[in-house]
Amino acid sequence: MGQVAMGFSVQELIPVLPEIVLLIGASVVLLVDLFAPGKDRAGTYLWSLIALAATALALVYSFQGPQLVLGGHYQSDALSLVLKLGMVIGLACVLLYGRGYLAARDLLSGEFFTLSLFALLGMMIIASGGSLLSLYLGLETLSLSLYALVGFDRRSVASSEAAIKYFILGALASGMLLYGISILYGVTGTLNLVVLQNEIASVLTDAGQFAMLLGLGVVFVVVGAAFKLGAAPFHMWLPDIYEGSPTAVTNILGTVSKLAAIALVLRLFADGLQPLLLQWQPMMMLLAVMSLAIGNIIAIAQTNIKRMLAYSAISHMGFVVLGVLAGSAEGYSASLFYMLTYALTGLAAFGMIMILSRKGFEADQLDDYKGLGQRSPLLALIMMVVMFSMAGVPPTVGFFAKLAVIEAVMGQGHTWIAIIAVLFSVVGAFYYLRMVKLMFFDDVEDPSPIEAAWDERVVISLNGLAILALGVFPGGLLAICSQVF
Amino acid sequence: MNSYSLLSLAIWLPIVGGLLVLLLGSEARVALSRWMALAISGATLLLTLPLYCQFDSTTAAMQFVELAPWVERFSVNYHLGIDGLSLPLVLLTSFIGVLVVISSWTNIANRLSGYLGAALIMEGLMIGVFAALDAVLFYVFWEAMLIPMFLIIGIWGGPNRVYATIKFFLYTFLGSVLLLIALIYLYLQSGSFALLDYHQLAISAEVQTLLFFAFFAAFAVKIPMWPVHTWLPDAHVEAPTGGSVILAAIMLKMGGYGFLRFSLPITPDASQEWAGLMIGLSLVAVIYVGAVALVQTDMKKLIAYSSISHMGFVTLGIFLFSPLGVEGGIAQMVSHGFISAAMFLCVGVVYDRMHSRNIADYGGVVNTMPLFAALMMFFVMANSGLPGTSGFIGEFLVILAAFDASFWIALGVASSLVLGAAYNLWMYRRVIFGAIANDKVAALTDINGREKLVLVTLAVAVLALGLMPNPLFDVMHASVDALLDHVSRGKL
Repeated sequence: MGQVAMGFSVQELIPVLPEIVLLIGASVVLLVDLFAPGKDRAGTYLWSLIALAATALALVYSFQGPQLVLGGHYQSDALSLVLKLGMVIGLACVLLYGRGYLAARDLLSGEFFTLSLFALLGMMIIASGGSLLSLYLGLETLSLSLYALVGFDRRSVASSEAAIKYFILGALASGMLLYGISILYGVTGTLNLVVLQNEIASVLTDAGQFAMLLGLGVVFVVVGAAFKLGAAPFHMWLPDIYEGSPTAVTNILGTVSKLAAIALVLRLFADGLQPLLLQWQPMMMLLAVMSLAIGNIIAIAQTNIKRMLAYSAISHMGFVVLGVLAGSAEGYSASLFYMLTYALTGLAAFGMIMILSRKGFEADQLDDYKGLGQRSPLLALIMMVVMFSMAGVPPTVGFFAKLAVIEAVMGQGHTWIAIIAVLFSVVGAFYYLRMVKLMFFDDVEDPSPIEAAWDERVVISLNGLAILALGVFPGGLLAICSQVF
Repeated sequence: MNSYSLLSLAIWLPIVGGLLVLLLGSEARVALSRWMALAISGATLLLTLPLYCQFDSTTAAMQFVELAPWVERFSVNYHLGIDGLSLPLVLLTSFIGVLVVISSWTNIANRLSGYLGAALIMEGLMIGVFAALDAVLFYVFWEAMLIPMFLIIGIWGGPNRVYATIKFFLYTFLGSVLLLIALIYLYLQSGSFALLDYHQLAISAEVQTLLFFAFFAAFAVKIPMWPVHTWLPDAHVEAPTGGSVILAAIMLKMGGYGFLRFSLPITPDASQEWAGLMIGLSLVAVIYVGAVALVQTDMKKLIAYSSISHMGFVTLGIFLFSPLGVEGGIAQMVSHGFISAAMFLCVGVVYDRMHSRNIADYGGVVNTMPLFAALMMFFVMANSGLPGTSGFIGEFLVILAAFDASFWIALGVASSLVLGAAYNLWMYRRVIFGAIANDKVAALTDINGREKLVLVTLAVAVLALGLMPNPLFDVMHASVDALLDHVSRGKL
């Protein structure tokens, strides 16, 4: 094992400050909710936003360049900073979109806020995971919070069913991942990602009997990661859980937790398992092509928008996996860019469902969007931008995300995979166009006015604008993503 | 070189203006939307005129060049410029843009501000397509343009508009994604997205063939060539008049422009190798699709098929690789821009009154609309290639070029003169002449001042280009010669 200092100094805690602040913040929110929730939990909500703002500030001001602390289990670098900022901002939007929606369903309880914050803590630990152990711990913190969140609408059968499904399958996947990790540990004798990388390289050059064992370990790690990512053929849980969860929770699952998933994948494969590229690359090719095919084709048959977005998410994970399997810095940064912008787009999509829902009515059927262009031109315009971004049509950011991934994949010589990917994105364009058709070409079926608070309208407008603005000026974010690697 | 950014202004004025029309307009303020749209499109036309006046026709180099970094990660630049190939199309776009606004003055019943906004945004994007010298910039304009067109057909179109517009979008999107793959491949080979660098890039024969067919997928769908033309009749029939005009007059030209800007210079050897195929498909378009036009019962469908047939001249002219052919092809594109716009506007005039595009519902229109009948007569003649009109110039040059290549090609393509006259004049006779067919026709009123203005303007343009084509040819000689010289040298 490398010479990682085992002593402890307070200095080491500075990079961990964001997590510490968030943990304190989550605890404060827990107490505030117990003793001073305020009317409609305004106090809880306010303190949650304060906790997020404090975490964001701690992130920016405690960042001192790449550092490996806490015995190598925790690393703070540009990648973790970018991902964590994305997660914090994303979760703030989730809380904002979700508040009115949950209040209308008598679901606005302290658990939502506290569990979301603890989920965020888990995600941030993944983003900073310096060893297989901390990655796994972060993942479990995240997953346990999410299991509870998915099922927290106690009166809904669908919600409980989704929670049980998610828990069982999630536990299975965690088990797979843990088994893979244990094999890797058994062969190399280390959990630390940096040391792991070197050990694997030396095991491979020895060409001993352990090389095959490593391959076996990688299989399990890929399966576990693919499940968490929601890539086909490990995607079965996704549509049911998207549909069954309260939409505010689906929004976490569909956007912020995807950032945790890409963090997990990048830490595992770009940091730790890079030398085994030839082992995991073919598996990922299969994952990517299957995700693109299954996601895009089955999404066409959906009538529930949450299920449609779930299948669309599966197809987008195909693109993300494509970037990762390129195995190059361009590929990793392309995947990171893709996931960040996908999360931005997804936030607006799920936010829109919540804005259009009201007491006793869930706008989760495709037909609920008929004639939205007449009911609210602005909201329809925003949803149209979201749909075209998901379809990858310029001038939205989705185009540059796809461009970056395809460039990375073709840069490694996998032109045929790139062609398959773009052809499936044409298939996918159909169901996004169908949404635009419903909103603009069809007549209104349900003329009831849209009750959305001003803050929700402002945030979704900014959200839509950001998708367009990043589509016209993608240079800044692309540069950040490529400097990370 | 010019220092002020005429091209940028011509692109962004209609786009920003279109967004403003979209935001400011409402059902209560249609007049505001109309006048704003007219002012913006008029200003755009005025902005593009200096492009012609200050154009240096002695050089094939790009002019009015603007270059600024855009996305540094992929060394993508905001790179604009025009040469003799793109200048006529830029002018055509801004000219048609004004006419579209005027022609949509009253015949769009609902959400006029949205319609005009989309049309203006599309005008800017199309000028962008013709002016872009960076592959990603080109692709962004090329694809972004699908969105407003998708909405124009889908919102303001006919009864079967949803099918037509989704077919239109997916068809063109499918072609375009292969273009994207080709462009990324070229980027990986050359390290930049600059189109002019691609022209000089050495590419092996096999790769050229693959690239050629990737380009083909995008441009053949757009122009459209037989057998990937089937989206066009549907889109044309369902689109509102203004949408049909934009589609026929400008959007189809983007396909022809693509062949000239991408296929020929980037893959010259593959272009020559596959010229036989292209010529064959062009002849099928000219003859077979012309015959298909003959049996149409729907006026708009007839014009749509006639457009495909006329675009066959363009692809044929381009792939004959002679100055006559290429210049004829470009002249045909410009001329078809005027004539097809006029034809669709003519159908729009009677459709607004009768709400039918069916030829059988008409007859004897000359009795109630004499002035309209006279103008339509002129455009129908021009569409069949009557000497003295612009329709003659392009077709004649392409036929001449075809004679240089082979008698049989010339015979095939010349047969369209007969076919064209047949379907055009037969349609005209059934609609305009004869006894008054029914009460609706009897109640028709002749064209009003606004319609007169639009049609007469187009008639003047058709006549001017037909009698004095030299101003058009002068600007393109240098660029066409340089292009053909480049093609004949090849890259192998």
